[in-house]
Amino acid sequence: MKFNSVIIGGGLAGLVAGISLQKEGLSTAIISTGQNALHFFSGSFESLREPAPRIAELFSEAGIGIHYSEGVRLMPLGTFREAALSLDDVSIFPTSHFARKALIVGVTGYQDFFGSFLAEGLEKKGIQCRLRNFSLPELDTFRQSAGEMRSVQIAPILDRVWESAVREIRVLLKDEDAVILPQIFGFQDISVPGKIRREIPAKVVFAGTMPPSVPGIRTQRLLKRRYETLGGTYLAGDEALSAHVHKGTVHSIVTKNLDSHYLEADNFILASGGFFSKGMKSNPFQILEPVFGLDVEFASDRNDWYDPDFMKDQPYMGYGVRTDSSLRAIAGGEMMENLFAVGSILGGTRPELGSGAGLAIRSALAAVDEILKTGKR
Amino acid sequence: MKLQEITESRHNFEECMKCTVCTAYCPVLQVNPLYPGPKQAGPDGERLRLKDPFFFNYALKYCMNCKRCEVACPSDVKVADLIQSARIRYDKSKPKLRDRILASTDFMGSLARPFAPIVNGITGLGITKAALDATLKIDRHRTFPKYSGRSFEAWLRRRSREQAAFPEQVAYFHGCYVNYNNPALGKDLVKVLNALDTGVQLLEKEKCCGIALITNGMSDDARKHATHNVSVIRKAAVDKKLKVVATSSSCVLTLREEYPNLLGVDNSDIRDSIVMASRYIFERLEKGATLKFREDYHKRIAYHTPCHMEKLGWGVFSEKLLRMIPGIEFTLLDSACCGIAGTYGFKKENYESSQAVGEALFSQIRSVNPDIVACDCETCKWQIEMSTGYQVLNPISILAEALAD
Ligand SMILES: Cc1cc2nc3c(=O)[nH]c(=O)nc-3n(C[C@H](O)[C@H](O)[C@H](O)COP(=O)(O)OP(=O)(O)OC[C@H]3O[C@@H](n4cnc5c(N)ncnc54)[C@H](O)[C@@H]3O)c2cc1C
Ligand code: SF4
Ligand code: SF4
Repeated sequence: MKFNSVIIGGGLAGLVAGISLQKEGLSTAIISTGQNALHFFSGSFESLREPAPRIAELFSEAGIGIHYSEGVRLMPLGTFREAALSLDDVSIFPTSHFARKALIVGVTGYQDFFGSFLAEGLEKKGIQCRLRNFSLPELDTFRQSAGEMRSVQIAPILDRVWESAVREIRVLLKDEDAVILPQIFGFQDISVPGKIRREIPAKVVFAGTMPPSVPGIRTQRLLKRRYETLGGTYLAGDEALSAHVHKGTVHSIVTKNLDSHYLEADNFILASGGFFSKGMKSNPFQILEPVFGLDVEFASDRNDWYDPDFMKDQPYMGYGVRTDSSLRAIAGGEMMENLFAVGSILGGTRPELGSGAGLAIRSALAAVDEILKTGKR
Repeated sequence: MKLQEITESRHNFEECMKCTVCTAYCPVLQVNPLYPGPKQAGPDGERLRLKDPFFFNYALKYCMNCKRCEVACPSDVKVADLIQSARIRYDKSKPKLRDRILASTDFMGSLARPFAPIVNGITGLGITKAALDATLKIDRHRTFPKYSGRSFEAWLRRRSREQAAFPEQVAYFHGCYVNYNNPALGKDLVKVLNALDTGVQLLEKEKCCGIALITNGMSDDARKHATHNVSVIRKAAVDKKLKVVATSSSCVLTLREEYPNLLGVDNSDIRDSIVMASRYIFERLEKGATLKFREDYHKRIAYHTPCHMEKLGWGVFSEKLLRMIPGIEFTLLDSACCGIAGTYGFKKENYESSQAVGEALFSQIRSVNPDIVACDCETCKWQIEMSTGYQVLNPISILAEALAD
């Protein structure tokens, strides 16, 4: 099968690249083994602020609401961080003292939401907090069987019965001017968080939970749907195993499911993520990129890969594949003519492109521009 | 690396990093509170079961074996295989009569076929359905697939000489459904392949692939079917060097993956020869063969990727084939389970969750409002037709319909 571009990895970076290329009329395929980092997404795109028009357009065409203003956002454990471009689920406040009193409402039996940490953090900022739980008959049935109650189990139910949830919360509400809820609303129906905000007579803030991230999964689904609507081919659950490369040019990719049926293309984008997504792997001696065997930047002494203090920044998180300034990947010191590396697989090798989701989006768009440039040549 | 090969755990369960991603994609978990979900039923449960089989949980029977958890897992844990293997190993309950009946697709077929009009009449009657509901707990909302008067095998056998005359040859694993219920699909495949100058052969007496036996707790019977099928496929694939094509994604998944992974039946020398017909046809066209299509064919088609096609990763071939037909307006439906999962949705205790699982798909179909829904699975066809009223056809039948004579 032949495409203009074949993209390895269907996370944020791969999807942004795929959507943008399809929109320019170029045919693409995305190969993605398993799901990706969006399933752990906080809702804020780190290192991005006011979105460039093409980013704003990309999300709005996918039906995903995003916003930015200067200020701070609330983190899952009650701390604050400088605002970044965020999904509409995430509230941005001018200062951390965003309310007088807050009612923190969890769901009975759901333990992936850290109400007491939130309260502790907010009280430090002078916001008085009260902690309560609510339940609904529909959620009770789940609790009976569940050794664990996960966001993705209750979120689809809450999509249907969010109005009852609002009623329960209104009963709990006294004189608080803010209500803090877990980020488990709007799994399928993206309009639910907005409706809840309108129906509760206080400032409603959705705070992050343990994964899976409900807004993150929804974002993944909407981006994938947008990509497929534009005619993109998303090969879910397939894995790029190796590549046919000749004199610095990639010709085709071998995948697990398509075995002898190679995927050919003029351009290839490697968006296979960091260690977590197995875009990079390590053994006791080295860190490697398994599909193309690209050059990876890492410290030669293994003891320098990590900091024994778990809470410190870990050096290995910055490791990534080497590229030139146009994001063309490098193998054995030689530049690959038609292979671009984008997203987390870059690690910290391109600080000018930012970090986290910002890096994923910016690098994907930069690679798309390179491909469009060569196409026009 | 060596060490890892030695220590690799069964169905990769030790690779699980407890990320819970699979739980987000399990269609049953979202509608059935009695089901513990892929993570708990799969890798978490396996840890306990290895300590003591006492921890085997009978709620594992609610797993539809749709494999969506495996497609989603970032760590390549064979979650559904773990669950089905656990059922095979630890479930000591005897399958009920109802489950034995539902699972015996080929036996039922050969019994019912000679009396097709009578059987169809009887299983269609309200009173029979009520009786089946009450006695066997087969849900009364279900329509039984109709049995066809003459089997596909008999039809093709009478044409074997004519088929042998084509320069290219393939063998066809037609499966029970084409043989007994829908020979038209088999005939459509023959029409399309003949248009590619390819003759179609039967295998030397195939048996049901056995998927329903596996999910209904009759793995010993399934293993017998597997051993038999592997040996007859070997005659075609190894001795005659033929591709073995099939039109049902569940048959293909079972023949290629479930035989070695769940039943321990080695198919390594023939696995690569077994392909979906849509993949075979696509590859022939890619290598230069051509098909001539009617100019007056105009249809709005929505393609549904069956769960087992999703797992195979081959939906793309059906999609690209359909898109090749001029005059087709194509929509790819969001990949989601229809809820039937073979015999699963036929059981009274599963009817409600089965319908709830499918609702997202049904409502998308209603809003797209296509002329035809295309999909490569017979049980999806029953479920979607029953639940939405839209006509469902295998992509091969659409291809055949669109061919110029
Ligand atoms: C747990 C976690 C939480 C995070 N939270 C945030 C956050 O809240 N905000 C933020 O800004 N950033 C966050 N990040 C950073 C995150 O990495 C980026 O935001 C971004 O989502 C990364 O996107 P990506 O597309 O580069 O990689 P990924 O999302 O990792 O996607 C890579 C994909 O490639 C697939 N893949 C890998 N190898 C192959 C192969 N050989 N063949 C086919 N497919 C392959 C993987 O299965 C995966 O689906 C988080 C990261 C992690 C690990
Ligand atoms: S196979 Fe399907 S039903 Fe079974 S656990 Fe996995 S996702 Fe759920
Ligand atoms: S998705 Fe895979 S790794 Fe994650 S919890 Fe499920 S089985 Fe474990």
